[in-house]
Amino acid sequence: MNRRDFLNSVGGITVLATLPAGVLAQTQTAGANYAKTLILIELKGGNDGLNTVIPYADAQYAALRPRIAIARDQVLQLDAAAGLHPALAPLMASWQAGELAVVRGVGYPRPNLSHFRSIEIWDTASRSNEFLQEGWLTRAFAQNPVPREFAADAVVVGSPELGPFAGKGTRTISLTNTEQFLQQSRLAVPAQLSHNASLNHILRVEHDIVQAAQGLVSQHSFQTAFPQTGFGNAVRAAAQVAASRSGVAALKVSLNGFDTHSNQLGAHAGLLRILAEGLVALKAALVELGRWDSTLVVTYAEFGRRARENNSSGTDHGTASSHFVLGGQVKGGLYGPAPALDQLDGYGNLPFALDFRDIYATVLESWWGVDSQTPLRGKFAPLDILKT
Amino acid sequence: MLPITILRALTAALLGASATLAPAAAPLGFDDARHLLSRTVFAPPPAQIEAFARLTRAQAVERLLDGASTPRVTPAPAWVNEPVTTPQALRNMTREERQLWNRRNVARVLEMRGWWLQEMVATPTPFTEKMVLFWHNHFVSSQQKVRQSQYLYRQNLLFREHALGNFGALLHAIARDPAMVIYLDSASNRKGQPNENFAREVMELFTLGEGHYGERDVKEAARAFTGLGVDPEKGEFLFRPQVHDDGVKTVLGRSGNFDGKAVLDILLEQPQTAEFIVGKLWREFVSPDVNAANAAEVKRIAAVFRDSRYDVRAALRAMLMSDAFYAPQNRATLVKSPVDLVAGTLRQFQFAATDVAPFALVVGRLGQNLFAPPNVRGWPGGEAWINSSTLLARKQFLDRLFVSEAGRAPPAMAAMVTTMAANAPAPAPEMTPGAAMNQRLQRAFGQLYFETDRWMSLAGSDVAQVQRQVLAMAPRHALPPDASGIEMVRRLTQDPVYQLK
Repeated sequence: MNRRDFLNSVGGITVLATLPAGVLAQTQTAGANYAKTLILIELKGGNDGLNTVIPYADAQYAALRPRIAIARDQVLQLDAAAGLHPALAPLMASWQAGELAVVRGVGYPRPNLSHFRSIEIWDTASRSNEFLQEGWLTRAFAQNPVPREFAADAVVVGSPELGPFAGKGTRTISLTNTEQFLQQSRLAVPAQLSHNASLNHILRVEHDIVQAAQGLVSQHSFQTAFPQTGFGNAVRAAAQVAASRSGVAALKVSLNGFDTHSNQLGAHAGLLRILAEGLVALKAALVELGRWDSTLVVTYAEFGRRARENNSSGTDHGTASSHFVLGGQVKGGLYGPAPALDQLDGYGNLPFALDFRDIYATVLESWWGVDSQTPLRGKFAPLDILKT
Repeated sequence: MLPITILRALTAALLGASATLAPAAAPLGFDDARHLLSRTVFAPPPAQIEAFARLTRAQAVERLLDGASTPRVTPAPAWVNEPVTTPQALRNMTREERQLWNRRNVARVLEMRGWWLQEMVATPTPFTEKMVLFWHNHFVSSQQKVRQSQYLYRQNLLFREHALGNFGALLHAIARDPAMVIYLDSASNRKGQPNENFAREVMELFTLGEGHYGERDVKEAARAFTGLGVDPEKGEFLFRPQVHDDGVKTVLGRSGNFDGKAVLDILLEQPQTAEFIVGKLWREFVSPDVNAANAAEVKRIAAVFRDSRYDVRAALRAMLMSDAFYAPQNRATLVKSPVDLVAGTLRQFQFAATDVAPFALVVGRLGQNLFAPPNVRGWPGGEAWINSSTLLARKQFLDRLFVSEAGRAPPAMAAMVTTMAANAPAPAPEMTPGAAMNQRLQRAFGQLYFETDRWMSLAGSDVAQVQRQVLAMAPRHALPPDASGIEMVRRLTQDPVYQLK
C-alpha cells in the first residue's frame, strides 16, 4: 500500500493528525523541494539546432547549408563562434541578464531517427534499445512523492500525450486552458474507494481531477500580455497554473511544427519567434508572480536535424541538438562544445556531447534535490548550470 | 450503502454457489449472460442478454465460438487492392508529390480506422472483432512505420482469417506478412548483417515472454530468419535465398541448419508458449492479473491449448466455460478499452447511426489509434487506459451521447439530414485529412439517435433492472429518486463503474 492508498482509504486529511509524527515528517518532505517548479517546453517535430544556436564562425556551417544557412551578419552573437537565430532576439535580454543557459550537443548513444520512437526514448529516459512504460518524471515522483497538498503532480498543457508523466501513479492533469478544465471537471465526482482495484484506479483519477480543479483556481489577473498565438495561450495556461492556489511540481507545454523538411527558412524563423515571444511572456508572468527565481524552464525535442540541408531547402531528421534552460536561478552561458561539423557520422549526423539524461539529472539533483540514479536507471552527471 | 453491499455479497455468494453446483446444465441467467457478453461482444444490448440468459453455459459459449467465422459486413475501402508505391517510385517523387503521398497515407489510415470501427459496431459477430483486435495488439505493426495502408489492411484480413483459428498457423503466416516484415525490419536482416528485431520480438512478445530465452538464442534465430523480404513491385512476401544464412544455428538447445519456419516450430514446441498466450488471453477476457490465485487455472487452460495443437477456439472454450471466468471476484474487474467504450456503447444502447466511421477519431483521442499502437509491445491496456485526460474525454463523449432529447433529431429527420450531408460541400482542399474527418465526426454526432423509450422498455421495468443492464456492478453514486429516461441513462454512464466490464 503506498501513501496515497493509505490516505484515501482512511479518508484523507482528517486522519493525518493520528499518524506518528515521524511518518508524517517523512511523507511530507521526502527530501524534495517541489516548491521549485519545472516547466518543460517540447519542440515537437525535432528542432533544427544548427539554425537555432548557430556556429557562424565555422566555415563548414555555411558550406553544408548553402541555401538555409543564416547569414553571419544576422546572427545574434553569443560569443566569437556561436550565436542565436535572429528570430530569437526577444531572448537576448535574458541572455544579457545571465539567465539563459544554451546547452549544445544534447543527444544519446545509438540515436533513433523516428519521431515516435525517439520522443519515447526522451520521455521515458530509456536506452535506445529498451522500451519502458513509465515517463522519467513518473519514476521520479514515485521515488519522491509530490506533497498531496499540491493541486496535482503535473499539468500537461494542450496535449493528450502525457510524455514524461506517462504511466501509473502520477497525478497528471491534461488541460488546454484552466477555465475549460475547471468547466469539464464538473463531470468528475469524488467517491469512496471500493475493494475493486481497477475501479479504485478510476476513482483515484476522478479524485485527482476534483482535487486539481479545486487547487487550480486562481484569483490572479495578469498584467502580462500573452502573445496571440497557440503557444502564447499555452504559456498563459502554464502561468495560470503557476498562479493557482496550490500549484504543481512540473508542467509541460508544447510547440508544434519543427519537422521542417522543406523550405524551412521562413517557417523555422516563425516558430522561433513564437517560441521566443512565448518564453519572454512566461518570464514576465512568473516575475509578476514572484516565481521567476523558483521556476526552471527547459526545452527538449526528439532530435535535432541533419547537418547538411536537403534538396528542398529543408533538413531531415538528425541527432544531437541545442536546448535552452532559463530561470532566475540559472547561470547563463554556453554549455557543451560547439557542434563537431567535421565529425559527422556515415549518415551526415552530428555526434552528441551531452546525454539528455544529464539535463534530467540536473533537474532531479540540482533543482529538486532528489536522487537521479534510480529514476534515470543509471548514473548521469548534473550540469553545473544553477546558482547555488 | 451497507445493506446494498451485504445484499450484493449475498447475491454474489449465491451466484458463485449455483455456478459451482450445476454450471453446465442450468441456464446462465441474466448476470452470467451479461458478464459473458460484456467480455466478448464489446457490450450487449438488452435483447442479446435475454437470449443468452436462457442458454446453458456450454450453449452460450458454443454460440459465440460458432458465430466467429461469419464474413464481414462493411465494404472495404476502395483502394485496398491498389498496387503499393515502390521504393523506386518514392525516390523519384518531387517534394510536392511526396507531400501528397504522405497526406494520402494519413487519409487512408483514418479511413481504415473508420472501416474497422464501423465493422465492430455493425457486425453480427463482434467476438471475431474482439479477437482480431487481440491479435492486432499481439502481433503489433503500426502505420507509423509501415506507411502504406494496403499492407495493414492485408494484415487485418490475416487476423480475421485466423481470429479463432490456429495460433501456430497464424504465427507462421505473420512472419511472412509484409506489414510485419517491414515493421520489424525483417527485410534488412541479411546473412552477415543480421537485424535482430524480429527474432527478439518473436520470442519476447509473440511466443515465450521475457526470461525464457537467452541473448544467444536471439542472435542465432536472427540468422535463421535472414532472407525474408517484400517484393518491391508486387508488395508481396518474398524469400531471397541469396541473403539467407544457411549455416548451422543453435536455438533453445537445438542445433541444425534452421530456417525461419524451423525456428517458429521450435518456439511452438515450448510449453511456455501456450502459457504465455493463454496468460495474455486471460488478462484480456478474465481478470487484470495472472496471480497465485489463478495461476493453476491458466496452466490448465494452457495444457488444453497445447494438447489441441494451438486451436484458439479450444483455449477460449476452456476459459469461457471455466468457473473462474464467472467467479464473483472476477466480475467488473477489467477496464473498458476505448474501442470497448465507443463500439460497446453504440451497440449496447442500439444507437441509430448513419455514419459510425468518424467515431474512430474518438477512439484515437481516448488513446487507441487503431493500426498505430504506441510501440511493438502494443497498448498496455487495463488501468493505463485511464488518466485525467482520457477519463474526462470518456465522460464528455458519453455526456454528449446522452444529452436530453430536446434538440436531437428523430430517425426520420436523421435520414433527411444524411441526404443533406451527402449533398454538403466536400471539405475544402486545404483541409488536412484529420480536420476533414473531425468535421465529419461533428456531423455524425448530430445524426446519432438514441431511441430512449424503446430501449428503456427493453431494458427493464424498474430502476434496478436498468442499472443491471447498464453497469457491471452496483453504481458508485446512487441515482436520485426522480431520475428517469435518458437522464437516468446519462447518470449511469457517468458513473465510474461504467468504465468497467
